[in-house]
Amino acid sequence: MTRLGELERAVMDVLWDLLPGRSDGLMVREVVDALAGRELAYTTVLTVLDRLAGKGMVRREREGRAWRYRAAASREAHIAQLMLDALDLGGSRDAALVRFARSVTGTEAEVLRAALSAAGEPSAPGSPATPTARTTPAGPTTPTGPVTPAAKAPEH
Amino acid sequence: MTYALHFGLTVLACWLTVQVLARSTWTWRSPRVAILCWQAVGLAAGLAAMGLPMALGLAAYDLPTGSALWALVGELRRGAWPAGVTAPQLGLVVLGCGIGVVLFTTTLRSLHSAVRAQRRHRDLLTLVARQDPTVPGALVLDHPSAAAYCLPGVRPRVVVSAGTLDLLDRAELAAVLTHERAHAQERHDLVLLPFTALRRVLPWLRWVRDAHERVALLVEMRADDKARERHAEAPLAGALRRFAAAGDRITPAGTLGLGDHDLELRVHRLLDSGRPPRLVGAAALTVTTTLVALPVSLFLS
Repeated sequence: MTRLGELERAVMDVLWDLLPGRSDGLMVREVVDALAGRELAYTTVLTVLDRLAGKGMVRREREGRAWRYRAAASREAHIAQLMLDALDLGGSRDAALVRFARSVTGTEAEVLRAALSAAGEPSAPGSPATPTARTTPAGPTTPTGPVTPAAKAPEH
Repeated sequence: MTYALHFGLTVLACWLTVQVLARSTWTWRSPRVAILCWQAVGLAAGLAAMGLPMALGLAAYDLPTGSALWALVGELRRGAWPAGVTAPQLGLVVLGCGIGVVLFTTTLRSLHSAVRAQRRHRDLLTLVARQDPTVPGALVLDHPSAAAYCLPGVRPRVVVSAGTLDLLDRAELAAVLTHERAHAQERHDLVLLPFTALRRVLPWLRWVRDAHERVALLVEMRADDKARERHAEAPLAGALRRFAAAGDRITPAGTLGLGDHDLELRVHRLLDSGRPPRLVGAAALTVTTTLVALPVSLFLS
């Protein structure tokens, strides 16, 4: 993994893991502080956040003279997206991946799609996202699985 | 007219070869030779499909198609209507060129969209996949469904899901990883690309579909062979069986990918392996090489 990739990942981890308590997004300074162990310059973090915003991974909102940053989708939604690609359920006809074999039940496919659509469209206020309630019938739960509801109710 | 006949015969021969190749089972014992044959037939068919209307349109020149095309272009550039060529004939030449352009641009478009999808996928992997000591060199996605795949490219990635780690034992997992690395090393994505592209232009043509599905299966078999060289048959067959058993019997609508039938085929092939049929393979290669040589020589002379 490149150094830049590693930084992007670290920043996303901050946005994902710190945010549940902070519904309004983080300032660059807060991200820098959360990554204190790495001793990163303010501008470095700013650059990484801008890059991530350019890729559509991060959303930003102006607040006064500064920006607040928020993850565009949850970690689970990204994993769901990757799994849809991996299991060839994305409906794309591109030869983008070469698979060993795929193994998926109809329910799993549904859950994956639900996780994705819940993250894609901001859920309406007052209608909490349901997909996590009916995840994986009997599958082992993953470390990241139950941490957060699939969609965090975003902006107004 | 004889040149048009040559192209016509090439198209016919390609069609016949596809019928035979799609039904043969020797291909499973030498997937690499079979893949080469499919590529040759595909190229020959594409060139002949371009050449046939061109040769018909250029009949007046009585020259090989390549030279005739140059002569026509020369006359058109001088601003003269080419002698002996009627408007419908000119239309045929344009049609031939059009077929060539469509084939070429579709392949390019497929490549472009595949590269874009791969870049997006790679970006996401960087953010959410983790490394795991049990699978060195591979990335792990924390998801209970079972998936194992290769993200091809200059720096390929082999990815398995947590579901796969639960599903397979150590030896099986190692075999699967070797299988995926074989895909990456031999750039099987690029092998498949023209067939995917062709299927996109002609989705209703059965032999195009057949060709794509056969080649996709052969590519898997080739990677199976690489894995078997290093890990023996048993773990690989075991992994395939577990995937087959874990998955649903019903394929979700609108998806391609591996059916159970293909998994069964691969397992059986691993268990009763015959020697590669050298003679048949050589014969098939000779036939398909001749098929390509014919239209190429007509275009070049």
